[in-house]
Parts: sequence; structure tokens; C-alpha cells
Amino acid sequence: MKARVTVTLKNGVLDPQGKAIEGSLGSLGFEGVEGIRQGKVFDLELADRTDAQAKADIEAMCEQLLANTVIENYSIELL
Amino acid sequence: MKSAVILFPGSNRDRDMIKALEQISGQSVATVWHTETELPEADLYVLPGGFSYGDYLRSGAIAARSHIMPALKTAADQGRHVLGVCNGFQMLTEAGLLPGALMRNASLHFVCKEVMLETTSTNSAFTSHMEKGKVWRCPVAHHDGNYFTDAETLKELEGEGRVAFRYADGTNPNGSLNDIAGITSAKGNVLGMMPHPENLIEDLHGGLEGRALFESVMQNLAA
Repeated sequence: MKARVTVTLKNGVLDPQGKAIEGSLGSLGFEGVEGIRQGKVFDLELADRTDAQAKADIEAMCEQLLANTVIENYSIELL
Repeated sequence: MKSAVILFPGSNRDRDMIKALEQISGQSVATVWHTETELPEADLYVLPGGFSYGDYLRSGAIAARSHIMPALKTAADQGRHVLGVCNGFQMLTEAGLLPGALMRNASLHFVCKEVMLETTSTNSAFTSHMEKGKVWRCPVAHHDGNYFTDAETLKELEGEGRVAFRYADGTNPNGSLNDIAGITSAKGNVLGMMPHPENLIEDLHGGLEGRALFESVMQNLAA
């Protein structure tokens, strides 16, 4: 089974990389981009288990490694 | 003072640290590979600078989950001295031994230069024999040194005198909150800092200001 974890910076945490990307889009001529926050996506392939078990397992992975919960939020999607 | 330096794939300031510890303590320094699960007997354990695991995922994140870390946590709980410099500081925050996180420098640039540091607290074993308020020169070399923590933790760190070092004279190289360059644990036996005191310990370095930190630990052990 497959799952996707999306890790994003928490509100209030500065994202200088997002700002630089926003500036670069502006210089390419894209107008009206009012904000960009850079994040990470992890695509997981897991041996079969129940959806509930998969969510619990992935949540533990996020808490222990995939996200730094001091600065990041995560969301889990079973595909 | 017996000391041990923990090595990871991608560490590159370990030799500087070992040399500094040998010169200051006059004793040989043990090295520990990250796959070990037990630490040798020592008064001071050091996580050196470098780019462990190529900074993959987040700086220090993978090293912080390595096999040796539970033993280091136990040693810290028992009151042993633990020092993390640069990548070592990033590992200490990732491992939960110190609060907060070290994010990409606000300038987005890797900075390799000298900054001015102020010793802002003498509340820890690492700083108790240093001069409070003294401003000294120290090299930094990092890409992710931008200290961040939530407002509540920041208040706690400031209130408890746990900000050991602050960038002074407008030399904050990375955008750290409150100009924070180094912080200590609640008990004062764990110190994490981005600058490299191990690179200011002999005349050839152009200064000896980095010695005071290591000598402070030695004096506390002797007391």
C-alpha cells in the first residue's frame, strides 16, 4: 500500500527559502503570487496492513523522524 | 578531564576537537563510532561539527537517531557534560537534549567567518569560570544556524539564564532569535553552540579565547 506524508512549516516560522522562491517567480514575471511556503513530500510504500494501522505507524514515523514538530506540521494521506 | 568525541559519517571537525581537547586536558581523547551502543567512561562527551549524513532530511536529524544516542541521553541525565558544536548543536536539538531547532540561515548563504560572541550567562559548567559580559571573537561555519523556538520556550531560556552565548556587535550571521549562539540544558550540563571554540585554542589560530570554555569544565571537575 502507498501513502504520502506532507511536511510543512508551522505558521509563524520564518521561511527564507520560500521567500527566495517567491522573489524568483516575481522576476520571471508571474504576478499576484502572495506567498510561498516550502515543504517536503514523502511517498511511502508499506507492506499491507489495515488503514488504521498504517495511519498509526506513519504517525509514529512522523513524530520520531520525518517531521521536526518544533517547527513543522505533517499530514498523512493513504493512497 | 577525560573526554570522548562521537564520530558520524560526514563529521569533519572531529580532528580539530580532538586536538583541542588533547592540548587542553593533557590526556588522550577517546573516539566513539555512532554504531556503538555504549560510551567509554568520560567527563565530557562531544558531538563535533560537520555534515553528518550529508545533512539529509534536516541537519543533524539522522545522527540524532543513531545507535549511540540513547547512551548519550542516559549520560546527560546522569549529569555528565555533553557539548555539541555546530552540527553537534543541531544533533542535540534534534535528539531533544536541547529545545528548539536550527533552521536555514536567514540570508540563505553558508557563512564562514569570524563573529563576536558575548558570554551572557555563567550558569553552566561550561561558562561558570568564564567572564560574564565578555565579548570575544570566534569563528562560525554553517548553513543552518538560525536558532528558532516557540515564544514560551524562549522566555524560559532567557528567564533561566540558559542563553550561554549571544552574537554581539551586530554580527548575528544567521538570523537567530535574540542573537542566540549557544544554549544550555536546564541542569547546565549540556551545551550546544554554533561557533567553534575548538578553533581558538593556540597561538597559530590567532587567539586563545576558546580555551576558557573547556577550562571551565576542567575547573568544575577539579572543584
